[in-house]
Amino acid sequence: MIPAAFFLVLSIVLFALGVAAFFIKRDLITMFMAVEIMLNAANLAFLTFAKSTASLDGQVIVLFVITVAAAESAVGLAIILVVFKRKKSIQCDDLDVMKG
Amino acid sequence: MALPLFFILAILSAGGVVGMIVSRDRAHSVLFLVLAFAALAGVFGLLDAPFVAAVQVLIYAGAIMVLFVFVIMMIDQRDGRGIEKKKSVGILAAVLAITLFAELLLAVKGILPGMGNGGPAGGSETAGLGSLLFEKYLYPLEITSILIIAALTGAISLAGKKGPK
Repeated sequence: MIPAAFFLVLSIVLFALGVAAFFIKRDLITMFMAVEIMLNAANLAFLTFAKSTASLDGQVIVLFVITVAAAESAVGLAIILVVFKRKKSIQCDDLDVMKG
Repeated sequence: MALPLFFILAILSAGGVVGMIVSRDRAHSVLFLVLAFAALAGVFGLLDAPFVAAVQVLIYAGAIMVLFVFVIMMIDQRDGRGIEKKKSVGILAAVLAITLFAELLLAVKGILPGMGNGGPAGGSETAGLGSLLFEKYLYPLEITSILIIAALTGAISLAGKKGPK
């Protein structure tokens, strides 16, 4: 039997790595991938708690999170395409129109 | 027997994310991420969630990552190499991530003693999941389907727009 703490620690590690990736990478697509990593870390935590409380509701929440993530990535990638069409670049350093 | 499997999968998923961070090429990043998500699906399987593991492989490692690969192929811009010109940003990000890690670890440490290890794995977990999804969570399910339709329509109308020129 694997202790629940191991799964939680793995979830925390993945979330911290996702945050680091979001700030280290400078282009929109990889930053978007970092968001997906953080969503997956949250999913892992949900499943861990669902198992430790012996209820299935956590798994339902994870299914909803995956569905919403699919919708979110479709819209987000479309937005990235539009940004690329307009600016010819997806580096976030080039997107400084709103900088004061 | 499950414990070594867990460690292998954990190292694979964390290593996949690290590889995604250090690789310069976007296509390599996506492939590392597919590895990480597939390993994570194995971890979900260890947590007695076989249906969620299957969905993870199908939707995440399959559909979403293929979408990423398509967009990378459409954009394919090679001037993005060696863009970490500001070293301080990377150091700050590492400090932030380590601080967040320690903070979450402290937050979780308080609740760990009260957590059980769960009941024995039932044989019909997926059947229970299905009845829960279509009885207790029927309205959220339908609302999610409307959300998917809206998101896909929006994505098509956004990406199909002609550029300014």
